[in-house]
Amino acid sequence: MILKYLFAKNEAIPVGSAAIFFGFSAIIWFMIGTGLGSFNAAKLAFPDFVTGTEMFAFGHMRQVHVLAVIFGWISMAFAMAMMYITPILGNTRLWSEKLGLWNCMMWNVSLALGLTLLWMGVTSGREYSDFPWPLDLAVAAFISIPLAVNVWMTIIKRRTQGIYTTNWFFAASTFMLIIVFLVGNLPEYFHLTGLTEAYMTWWFAHNVLGLWITPVAAAIAYYVIPKVTGNPLYSHRIGHLHFWSIVVFYSTPAAHHLMSAPLPEWLKSFASVEGVLILVPAIAFVSNILLTMQGKWNMFVENLEVRFTVVGVLLAIPLNMQGGFQQTRSINWYIHGTGWMVAHAHLALLGFSTFLEAAAVYLGLQTLMKRKLYSLTLGNLHFWLLLIGFSTYWISMTIAGLIQGAGKIYEVPYIDVVIAEHPYMIARWLGGTMVFSSTILWLYNMWMTAREGTVIPVGRMPHELAYER
Amino acid sequence: MNFREYRIGSRAFGLAFGLSMSITLFFPSFDLAASISSEVGLDKQLTSGWDSGWQLADPLLNGLNKPLKVLVRKDPKSGEPMEPVYAYVYPAGTSLPNGVTHTANLGKGVEELSVKQGRITEARKESGAVFLIKKSDQLLTFEDKPLSYMENATATKGWTPDEVLKQAADSDILHAGSGKTMFVREGCWWCHTLLPEQTQDWQVFGAPPMLGDFNGESPTAFGSDRKGPDLLHVGSRNASREWMMLHFFNPRLVQPHSIMPRFDYLWGEVDADGKKIDFKKWRSEYDEYREGKITTPPDVPMYAKDSEIRNLIDFVINLK
Repeated sequence: MILKYLFAKNEAIPVGSAAIFFGFSAIIWFMIGTGLGSFNAAKLAFPDFVTGTEMFAFGHMRQVHVLAVIFGWISMAFAMAMMYITPILGNTRLWSEKLGLWNCMMWNVSLALGLTLLWMGVTSGREYSDFPWPLDLAVAAFISIPLAVNVWMTIIKRRTQGIYTTNWFFAASTFMLIIVFLVGNLPEYFHLTGLTEAYMTWWFAHNVLGLWITPVAAAIAYYVIPKVTGNPLYSHRIGHLHFWSIVVFYSTPAAHHLMSAPLPEWLKSFASVEGVLILVPAIAFVSNILLTMQGKWNMFVENLEVRFTVVGVLLAIPLNMQGGFQQTRSINWYIHGTGWMVAHAHLALLGFSTFLEAAAVYLGLQTLMKRKLYSLTLGNLHFWLLLIGFSTYWISMTIAGLIQGAGKIYEVPYIDVVIAEHPYMIARWLGGTMVFSSTILWLYNMWMTAREGTVIPVGRMPHELAYER
Repeated sequence: MNFREYRIGSRAFGLAFGLSMSITLFFPSFDLAASISSEVGLDKQLTSGWDSGWQLADPLLNGLNKPLKVLVRKDPKSGEPMEPVYAYVYPAGTSLPNGVTHTANLGKGVEELSVKQGRITEARKESGAVFLIKKSDQLLTFEDKPLSYMENATATKGWTPDEVLKQAADSDILHAGSGKTMFVREGCWWCHTLLPEQTQDWQVFGAPPMLGDFNGESPTAFGSDRKGPDLLHVGSRNASREWMMLHFFNPRLVQPHSIMPRFDYLWGEVDADGKKIDFKKWRSEYDEYREGKITTPPDVPMYAKDSEIRNLIDFVINLK
């Protein structure tokens, strides 16, 4: 249906087509990614669950789960948010709907191809930059560069004088993603080896989170909360502080991922100090958004998009408290390489950022399709399944990680750690499965919204209408 | 972009981002480039060859384009018995390791010795080469250890890959290079780190790696998420091929509580005698054993000499 516009004239493509295409793609990738996650978790709890086939071995599927949620769900939801928020904030249309549609299609194609190859074991052997370099170049050419061009041109062609906070983040992050992606994969293009390769792997992994996922997710909150509550942003100055401290502090502590490798000691110490300084953007962001909510806290209960956003912002508090301190030498030695880190990564991606992106996709799809959400009940069910599933996962993996850390410090035979972790592995699988089932409900709900949602009159916001179901 | 603030802002952005990139990339590159390859580092890169991840010469990660590590007991030229020594055999057409193609990668001292005394720059991919690791009487500047260097035995002694392989028994040939490819492809490193930590792990997993232990190795496959024991020194803890064989076929045979996947599919179609392996029968007999219907588990088939599991076991045993 949307594919018919790929060869249409740009002017003939309805406003929002690219964003809608991205939105549904993102939800489908979320379903695929969490489904794989739940399958992998089952294998960790019950190792003989589906066995004897190379394609269904844990080592072949783990990275597919990770990259499906990062490049499929999270990044596509970001692209969706950029495709509709950037033009709205510039009081203009998206620079090129056609580029957006092609961007989305090539994104789906190259990601599907890359993940299939990865599933077969075709990997560079570098965590988070697992794709072999020809695919890395495809990702740059078909995913990140077209997206950046579209966002930048829309901002340049805007019809407002200033640029709102959200758009600073969008512009800077799309730019930084290209740099981080191309530089982070240098070891593959030029065959850099040894510690350089190891360090660059984690330089990439850190910066793709710090300069892409964290700031874009935050930018969504800067848009959704003022837009839906009607309150102006509490402080643009705190927004400035957030933006600049992300660029200065968040781009530097990559070495804290390799605290126990023989990297230069000055680099580790520097990374450790800079790592604590990520509390500056974190506190600026959380306080700015929560203060914007003043007088409208009823909407936290009543409005689905606000609820998703505020939960995401609240989850940023434990996220950054962990993130700021767990990389210092005194804490890192205990929890490095344990399930604690797995829990922390899911707090960042499935907690903090997923809740913010879900809000953007809910709000965006309703606004662009001019349809009220099909069912509030399904929306609430989605929210609670996601929140309870995530919390189960996070708490069980945190406990498992602390057990593992103690086992590591006291040099307990490893198999005893495996035995002690078993109940938490089952809990993690249950939590992950809840998240997976919530995405099926969500996809159904959004699909029905497109088909049968109440039409929103021109000039009205989705939340101004009552739910019918 | 007609606001003066935006011009200042974009310059400030370039400055801030550029500065952080310099601190995290440019400055560390001096320290990292100055690392001097240790004996461990030379052994690792000569064992694993050019690259163990995706490469054009091995696009599906089948363990192609890899050297063999051979224990030489007889002089390949004269056939006389000699003090056993490990040789790294690069058959004709095998890509040479990074330290040979880019000698600066070996680090100060090691580079000069390898080029002048070891004559490594004379090695050619087309004709293949045999390498040895030699100790010099020079000491590393900051440690009381002798510098080791690579020697191209094809140039210095006239050993050709074919001669070295001909005199060696199959049990003296380690397919550890191809095994590292299996290690990467099968995702072993998602659960087993190759990085004992600096602050603990000494008693159980052994000494953490030192600077210079990784020169020329790619990928390093440190791993980040430990769900099983660290493997950097596993060959020193357990060098039993029989144990490894049982453990890879079904980890629950030797460790009932293990959550490791079964890697029986790496045996391929046939066993060491060329007989077809009946996986279905094995699994049903194993299930009977697990349910207590029979007292002993079925026998694990001996792997074929050219099977993928042989490569992987060779790699793991070789992690000393």
